[in-house]
Amino acid sequence: MPRKKSSGNPVHSEFPKAPTGIQGLDEITGGGLPRGRTTLVCGSPGCGKTLLGMEFLVRGILESGEPGVMLAFEETAEELTQNVRSLGFDLDDLIKDNKLILDTIPIEATEFEENGEYDLEGLFVRLGDAIDTIGAKRIVLDTIEVLFGGLSNQGIIRSELRRLFQWLKNRNMTSIVTGERGEGSLTRQGLEEYVSDCVILLDHRVNEQMSTRRLRVVKYRGSMHGTNEFPFLIEQHGLSVLPITSLVLEHKISKDIISTGLPQLDEMFGIKGVYRGSTILVTGGVGTGKSSLVSHFADAACRRGEPAIYFAFEESSPQIIRNMKSIGLSLDKWVKKGLLQIQASRPTLFGLESHLVNFYNAVHTYAPQLVIMDPINDFLSIGSPREIKSLFLRMVDFLRSRQITLICTALTTPGESSQDTEVGVSSLADTWILLSNREYDGEHQRQLYILKSRGMAHSHQVRGYTMNHRGWHLKEVSGGHR
Amino acid sequence: MEKASKTSSKSKRHAAKDSPYHLTLYVAGHSPKSRLAMSNLQQLCDTHLSSKYTVEIVDLLREPKRARLDQILAIPTLVKKLPPPLKKIIGDLSNAEKVLVGLDLSDESGGVIMSSAMEPPS
Repeated sequence: MPRKKSSGNPVHSEFPKAPTGIQGLDEITGGGLPRGRTTLVCGSPGCGKTLLGMEFLVRGILESGEPGVMLAFEETAEELTQNVRSLGFDLDDLIKDNKLILDTIPIEATEFEENGEYDLEGLFVRLGDAIDTIGAKRIVLDTIEVLFGGLSNQGIIRSELRRLFQWLKNRNMTSIVTGERGEGSLTRQGLEEYVSDCVILLDHRVNEQMSTRRLRVVKYRGSMHGTNEFPFLIEQHGLSVLPITSLVLEHKISKDIISTGLPQLDEMFGIKGVYRGSTILVTGGVGTGKSSLVSHFADAACRRGEPAIYFAFEESSPQIIRNMKSIGLSLDKWVKKGLLQIQASRPTLFGLESHLVNFYNAVHTYAPQLVIMDPINDFLSIGSPREIKSLFLRMVDFLRSRQITLICTALTTPGESSQDTEVGVSSLADTWILLSNREYDGEHQRQLYILKSRGMAHSHQVRGYTMNHRGWHLKEVSGGHR
Repeated sequence: MEKASKTSSKSKRHAAKDSPYHLTLYVAGHSPKSRLAMSNLQQLCDTHLSSKYTVEIVDLLREPKRARLDQILAIPTLVKKLPPPLKKIIGDLSNAEKVLVGLDLSDESGGVIMSSAMEPPS
């Protein structure tokens, strides 16, 4: 597999790139598809090839101002238009504005009688005319392989395809050619022989009753690229590839401060709250009130009118609602209002990938501003520490880039070092709140301590706290210093 | 498509022969294949279609939009619009007999009109 050619800037390669505008794909490819060259997108039927092509064109028009041509061999213009309308793309408008041309060649419906020598100049004329008409910079040929089924002279098709790819290059078209996955080869007709610049493989599998789509950049000549398989989703705004971690750390950082829901706790942070979009870890032993503390966060978010999702990994939704009622938080009110989603599941029920997909789906569907995961310990049993760390890294990255605040809880066992959260999430967390429950003078004393909080001064006091029917209450400290 | 038999009945051929033929040949400039197709078609029409036909030659280099409008992919392409059904033949038409079969210039039993024209009248 070719990696980057020369040493140099690893992210910005020496070849110019055309951004696809597809979430995540530009990050994996370090900026997009090779400009002025052809990319092969292959995969089995229904894996999203056509959609990727369409989105590449539509986003090219809307975001890069580059008109595009779609040449479809399998679907009709009506089908294509309808398929992407659900993603919010109105092809009719783009066509009317002379930004897009949809040309379809229903090759399987046409019977050609072959008689003597021919070439595919008609195809070239069509493409050439379409390109000239709107000044196209991008082109998608979907799925050109059906030519092999429609015409019998394979030799002519092969030589014409070779000529076509060269022609596209000469015309400086950033192109996508789609191909169907073959047995033991990337495409049934070996299109990868002709397209040597960039190959992307799409895959659609059902794993543990959950279908997962994956994308892999098999080849990208002259450019560094992520070689892993990345899950991707087809959601209401188009394709979304989920890079494990973006190759670059370029999140927008919020200076917006949100309340924890407890004014006394807010006071312990130098900025009177926590940063929006930050990651907060709450660790503590059994019965220290981790769930109730994060419920205060959720309650505060909903009071601000901000949607929140509560992923519960040990308790069911009615259980949580009932328990929180006992400390005076009526979460059911927010659930009824549609502001709070409680999603209860056992981590062991699915694999890590499925959890990730489920997680992304929920975040996309409900567009929360706060995400709670309570507790994350059980993930340990379904993957190696490295895998789990990578899973959390992906989630944290994903939420951070969207300015969504994340709160995780983790159970710590007495006797073990509280610094060791096992999951390795602590290093990802911006703020780490430790809870403990100590026997002291014949009674249990609950204590809270802010171990770290990045980017702000914070209290170093160990504060006692109580929980009653009115919620959490932090005890005043006498003579403490900040 | 080589099944055309020359010995079959000719009962229906007049019906087919009487309807007017509307043929369009799509070419791209004066490429050798295009020129060959034109001359092959000319010869075929002269020999077999008497005067009941019209042939339109479309040069896609001059009228590129026709490629999309008329669903043309290969060059040369011969399209028979009338009588229905629509037929598309691609190639330089070097096999005249096959062209006639392809254009449905045969009766139901597969007899080919050209067979009568090619054979000296008995």
